[in-house]
Amino acid sequence: MAAPMLRGVSPVRRWSLAWVDGGSRHRRTSPNGSTSNRIREQSSVAQQPLHTAQKPRKGGHKWAAVVGLEIHAQISSNSKLFSGSQVSFTAPPNSLVSFFDASLPGTLPVLNRRCVEAAVMTGLALNCRINKKSLFDRKHYFYADLPAGYQITQQRLPIAANGSLSYGVFVGNRWSHMATKTVRIKQIQLEQDSGKSLHDDLRSQTLIDLNRAGVGLLEVVMEPDLSCGEEAAAVVKELQLILQALGTSQANMAEGQLRVDANISVHHPGEPLGIRTEVKNLNSIRFLARAIDHEIQRQINELESGGEILNETRSFDPKLGCTVPMRDKEGKQDYRFMPEPNLPPLVLYDTASLPAGADSQQVINIDQIRDALPELPSATRKRLVQQYGMLPEHSFALLNEAGLLQFFQNVMKETRAEPKKVTSWVLNTLLGYLKHHNLAVSESPITPSALAGLLDLLDSKAISSSAAKQQV
Amino acid sequence: MAARAVWLAFRGGLGRRQAFSTKANVQGSGRITVEVIEHLERLALVDFGSREAVARLEKAVAFADRLREVDTDGVEPMESVLEDRCLYLRSDNVAEGNCAEELLQNSHRVMEEYFVAPPGNISLPKLDKQESFLHS
Repeated sequence: MAAPMLRGVSPVRRWSLAWVDGGSRHRRTSPNGSTSNRIREQSSVAQQPLHTAQKPRKGGHKWAAVVGLEIHAQISSNSKLFSGSQVSFTAPPNSLVSFFDASLPGTLPVLNRRCVEAAVMTGLALNCRINKKSLFDRKHYFYADLPAGYQITQQRLPIAANGSLSYGVFVGNRWSHMATKTVRIKQIQLEQDSGKSLHDDLRSQTLIDLNRAGVGLLEVVMEPDLSCGEEAAAVVKELQLILQALGTSQANMAEGQLRVDANISVHHPGEPLGIRTEVKNLNSIRFLARAIDHEIQRQINELESGGEILNETRSFDPKLGCTVPMRDKEGKQDYRFMPEPNLPPLVLYDTASLPAGADSQQVINIDQIRDALPELPSATRKRLVQQYGMLPEHSFALLNEAGLLQFFQNVMKETRAEPKKVTSWVLNTLLGYLKHHNLAVSESPITPSALAGLLDLLDSKAISSSAAKQQV
Repeated sequence: MAARAVWLAFRGGLGRRQAFSTKANVQGSGRITVEVIEHLERLALVDFGSREAVARLEKAVAFADRLREVDTDGVEPMESVLEDRCLYLRSDNVAEGNCAEELLQNSHRVMEEYFVAPPGNISLPKLDKQESFLHS
């Protein structure tokens, strides 16, 4: 059972899952493989020897961890949230910056329709209530990559609230049974991205590129319903898939299009929640899981040795495998929120409330957007299970690898082999081969047609199974 | 509509609440503490500089506090004077940018098309080193 309680055997053992690490070799290891080996390989450089981590159930205090995620996704749009400069990730420094983005006096924000539609689509996909009226605010803080000295965001009344995201976790220590869990979405808000700072330690200066300043972001704030790195990784992966299916964000963590901050605290069940720390600088799903689990363990160790947890911001150092306090964060920030005086409330409509004769360019109809939503990952998986009779775990695996579903469907079109056979070949043989050679599906030397042909031969018993595998 | 209701309530309320407003004034001088001034100075990077400036702030707060005399029970707060206007939605086209040279001219220091800034935020001097007029 994916236990919410952290006992001795930490969730670290189970995190080597398909979606957590696309390139993991452990995927093919048998579940009965040596536990201690896996923990040694996978765990961060933990200061504590293993036996401390594995406290017996009776005897030690039980700890429960509480994890809440705040996710920023860059909206996939041509131009920025409040200005007409281009959104692009490879361009000469400061070439995609308008006067507004540079915060020159006399400039005003003008809201991008596409960004609003993206926010509504995402809110609907996450089962949120779309607020027909939402407001913009200013969040003030000083930093060189924020030329205005404030960020326009939606703190008081965001565009969407009170949603949920369902995700799958493996239960038990056999990677064969999946359970569905849900995390509540507190709100989704539109906000501006800041520019990029490049630290030049040699010359003791920071170089600022404002190309990213003003790009539209969707901030997804979740309730602290999670309890370990594995759950967080599954949530982020599912959100990634949803955003990519909607087309609202490319959600590539490595390129900074999806940024995750985790708020983590530990407490004894039944007692009040502990002090939380915020962990930033998580730029891959794998690091996310490791960092969260490490931070949970760090807090437990600290509290058990009589120390206390500071309400601070920490950064994950992948090389050291641990979280370290971030510099430049002095105590609690007071952001002095105030309403954005240059923007009226954002009003959205549905078919019933749409004003007659309104300019279609100037109004947004929530019902219209809802009707046009593409198939979401959870629906796709359900369809695969119904259509091909595959196990839910397989449907997850097919969706989690970019391009794999398309490959599978192409093979199915051309072969007369049974779906179960195709599934097994695609997920085990093909994917295993690709992983072994560190290839993406798009780089596969085996085309869907080739695999289809191979499976047909196998089906007609022209060749043996082992011969077929050798071909691959 | 709502504004008129507020105005009427204000006029009606003023007579009744006279006693309340003078009580607020008496509390004036002690209310803005040293900690608050220092906190504001760090947050907003303003310099209160002198006792007169602080006194002016206290008077401003007391002046604004008179709003509390208005009975706003059941009145929907106004969030923006623009509340009756439509928020214009721009179509997602690229129409600006490509003016790096012009923008960089505004900067004191540039390096190869980047703005140059100090490394991270420069902390304000520590309070004990600072000669705070409020302490003297």
